[in-house]
Amino acid sequence: MARVYYTKEHEWIAVDGDTATVGITAHAAEQLGDIVYVETPAEGASVEKGAEAGVVESVKAASDVYAPASGEVTETNTALEGEPGKVNESPQGEGWFYRLKLSDPSELEDLMDEAAYKDFLKSEG
Amino acid sequence: MSGPQDLLKTPLHALHLELGARMVPFAGYDMPVQYPAGIVREHKHTRASAGLFDVSHMGQAWLVGPGFEAVAAALEKLVPGDMLGLEKGRQRYTQLTNETGGIIDDLMVTRPADHDDRLFLVVNAARKDVDYDWISRHLPEGVRLEPWEERALIALQGPRAEAVMARHCPGAEKMGFMDASAGDVAGIPARFSRSGYTGEDGYEISVAARDAERLAKTLLAEPEVEPIGLGARDTLRLEAGLCLYGHDIDETTSPVEAALVWSIGKRRREEGGFMGSGRILRELAEGVSRKRTGIAPQGRAPAREGVKVLNEAGEEVGVITSGGFGPTAGGPVAMGYVKPPFNRKDTPLKLLVRGREMPARAASAVFVPHNYKR
Repeated sequence: MARVYYTKEHEWIAVDGDTATVGITAHAAEQLGDIVYVETPAEGASVEKGAEAGVVESVKAASDVYAPASGEVTETNTALEGEPGKVNESPQGEGWFYRLKLSDPSELEDLMDEAAYKDFLKSEG
Repeated sequence: MSGPQDLLKTPLHALHLELGARMVPFAGYDMPVQYPAGIVREHKHTRASAGLFDVSHMGQAWLVGPGFEAVAAALEKLVPGDMLGLEKGRQRYTQLTNETGGIIDDLMVTRPADHDDRLFLVVNAARKDVDYDWISRHLPEGVRLEPWEERALIALQGPRAEAVMARHCPGAEKMGFMDASAGDVAGIPARFSRSGYTGEDGYEISVAARDAERLAKTLLAEPEVEPIGLGARDTLRLEAGLCLYGHDIDETTSPVEAALVWSIGKRRREEGGFMGSGRILRELAEGVSRKRTGIAPQGRAPAREGVKVLNEAGEEVGVITSGGFGPTAGGPVAMGYVKPPFNRKDTPLKLLVRGREMPARAASAVFVPHNYKR
C-alpha cells in the first residue's frame, strides 16, 4: 500500500518502495480553477527535490510545479495532453502527473502526511 | 500595503458574495473573478445562452454643452472617431488619444435619443480619473464633463440575451447592434444599448445604484441567465479579438498600430484635427513598424502576455500582449504586436515560452466569429 506525502507547495507524492507517483493536491487544483495545460518533465529526465519540474496552467495563470523528491522520471501521464481537466476532476487519481524512481527515499522524511497537510491548509487560512 | 478593506465595492457586491463568487481586486474594486461554475463553464454558457456581468466599476459620464454639435465637436478634438456623424440613439467605439497619438483609453460614446445637449461616455474603470482629468482640461468653454455617480452597469450577453431582454423591455428585440435607448427594464428606469465586449449579441444596461440588485436578480431568475465573472469576461473578449486597456493598448500604442483603423471616421482621416492626428495620419499613409495581430499557437500550451514572438529565422519580431486558453476555440489563443510583414495572416512564427520555441501562426485576432445583431 502506497504512503502519500504532501509538500507546502501543494504537490502530493504516493510512494511504494522506491517508486512514486506525483501530482498536485485537490486544494491546489481548486485554487487554480479550470486546468487547461500540464507540462511534466520528460520520461528519463532527472528531477531534484524542490526544483521546478513542470508547469500547470489554468485559464487564469501558469504555475510552476516542484519535485517533492529527487529521482528519475519513469512515466508521464500522457492522457493529460488531451484532457488536462482530469486534474480538476481527480487530482489524486487520474490527474497524476508523472512517476519517479526515487534516488533517496530519506528525502521523504520532512514531507507532511495527510493529517499534517490538513493542518497546514488550515494554518494558511 | 492596501488591504481588501480599501477596495471599492460596486452596488452588486453583496449579491456576488451571496452567489458564492471568488473575489479579487481589479482596478481598485473588489470584483468577482468567477462564480462556483468556474471560468470555462461561465464562458461557454455565455456563448450558448446568456450571461450577466457586473461592469459597474466602469466609468459613466455625461459630456454636456449648449447643443449636440458643440459637444460632439469638443469631443472630436480628443478622439479620432466621427462624433458629429453620430445619429440619435446610436453608440460608437473610439479612443481618447494623447498629443503623440498614443491611447489614453478606449471608450463607448452614445448620442442619446432623448437629449440634444449631451453625449454619454463609458470608460474603463482603471482609467476613470485619468480620463476625466484629461477631458475636463481640454474642453472649450460651455462644454463640461459630469461623471455620473451612484450608477450601476449590467451587461447581458449571449445569443439568448435578446429573448430575456424582450421579456422585461418589450421592443428591445428590435434594436440593432450599437443602438441605444432609454426606458424601463423590468420596471426600472434605465439607459441601455445593444452592445458589449464578448463578441456576442447583448445589451449593456445602466441603472441607478439603488436599483441594480433588483434588476440583476430579476434577470438572473430567468432560466437562460447565469452570473459571469471577470475571468470569463477576459477569455470571451480575447477570443473575440477585443483589446484590453493596459495590455493590448496603452499610451504608447496608436489606433493604427492597434488595428483600430475601422473606428476612425473617413472625414476624420481627411481632416485630422484631433489629439495625435499628426502621428496617426502619417501612420495611415506610411504604415507602422508594429501592428496588433492575432497569434495562434500551434500546440496546446497557452502563450501569455510578455512572450516574445520570433520569425522563422529566429529574429525577434514582436510580443504577445494578451494570451491564454480559449474555451470556445478549444485551445490557446493570443494577440500581440508583430512587425510587418510578419503580421500577415498564416505567417509561420515561433513563440518563446519558458525558454523553448513553440510554433505559431499569425492569424485574425477574431478566433470566434462575432455574433452581433446587425
